[in-house]
Amino acid sequence: MTTQLPAELGASLDPAGPGTLERLHARLAAAAAEQHLLDVAYRTVDSPIGPLLLAATERGLVRVAFALEDHDAVLQALADRLGPRVLENPSRLDAAARQLDEYFAGSRHSFDVPLDFSLSRGFRLSVLEHLPQIPYGSTESYAQVALAAGSPKAVRAVGSACATNPLPVVVPCHRVVRSDGSFGGYLGGPDAKRTLLALEAA
Amino acid sequence: MGKPPFEKVVAAHGAVVLRVCRAVLGAHDAEDAWSETFLSALKAYPELPDDANLQAWLVTIAHRKAIDVLRIRQRQAVPLDELPARESPLGNPGDGHPEVLDAVGQLPPKQRQAVAYHYLAGLPYKEISTLLGVTPEAARRAGADGVKALRAVLTETGSPASKGALP
Repeated sequence: MTTQLPAELGASLDPAGPGTLERLHARLAAAAAEQHLLDVAYRTVDSPIGPLLLAATERGLVRVAFALEDHDAVLQALADRLGPRVLENPSRLDAAARQLDEYFAGSRHSFDVPLDFSLSRGFRLSVLEHLPQIPYGSTESYAQVALAAGSPKAVRAVGSACATNPLPVVVPCHRVVRSDGSFGGYLGGPDAKRTLLALEAA
Repeated sequence: MGKPPFEKVVAAHGAVVLRVCRAVLGAHDAEDAWSETFLSALKAYPELPDDANLQAWLVTIAHRKAIDVLRIRQRQAVPLDELPARESPLGNPGDGHPEVLDAVGQLPPKQRQAVAYHYLAGLPYKEISTLLGVTPEAARRAGADGVKALRAVLTETGSPASKGALP
């Protein structure tokens, strides 16, 4: 009794032509976005600090992630938090990708895309909302940020707010440094923080 | 940890579903059926139980989408049991062996479906019998007869796909 199709027969039915599945995927992502079926759309972009994952809801950019964070793990976490209807759909992230390119080229000093802060709440959210007010090219200490966010004593909490910033680079937690001038930690690794500060100092 | 991102589902099962759609409908209608299958699946995905068999679920949706297409064809006055072979996809490099797809297209619909769901998607005959509304024995027979017919056609035409593999 035959249990398998002759291998050649199966192979002959394989999807036509290279790129067919890619084309079908793009068509699916476009239709899904148009019908408001996506919880999260994402793409990756190359940058001087490694590949960045960009993810957006319909409200706006919700997550920027470094390769160090493991993009697959980040996507799974987004599916758990925001819903599993997650597809790669570069077009929803065109504006963010373009502005990041301009930022890394030195020609853009602030970002102008809708942001979705639904991954953050409470004091951490207050911290993140303050960060874009630190001007390009300058830094603040964790203590200064604590003061600005309304809780002068919450210096450590500022540190954890920065360490869990879901929108690094775009929400500039890299501009927060230690009072002694040393860099402090960074989600993307110390080299990434150094690169960003050097870029902005140029 | 909940369900994987839907992107993973497309990556893992997209090729199999396309192969099934091509076998059941031919190359021409397969891509529309594929698109409608995954769009429906995306809509229903959040409510799907976490332990569901994704491939069987997708093949079930693809089966329904294919039936819609076959019904439209039937309404166009083509008797379901005597579907003509569809045109080969013309001049498409990397398209495998179009004559195999044509041979599948010449099978009666139930055989074609049984071959696709069992041999391409790995569905057990018990589930196929539910999909096709026949007894498991009839589903098994349809699959076996389908493969036998395919082997015969391919031997006859001396298709490169048949060389070396047949007893």
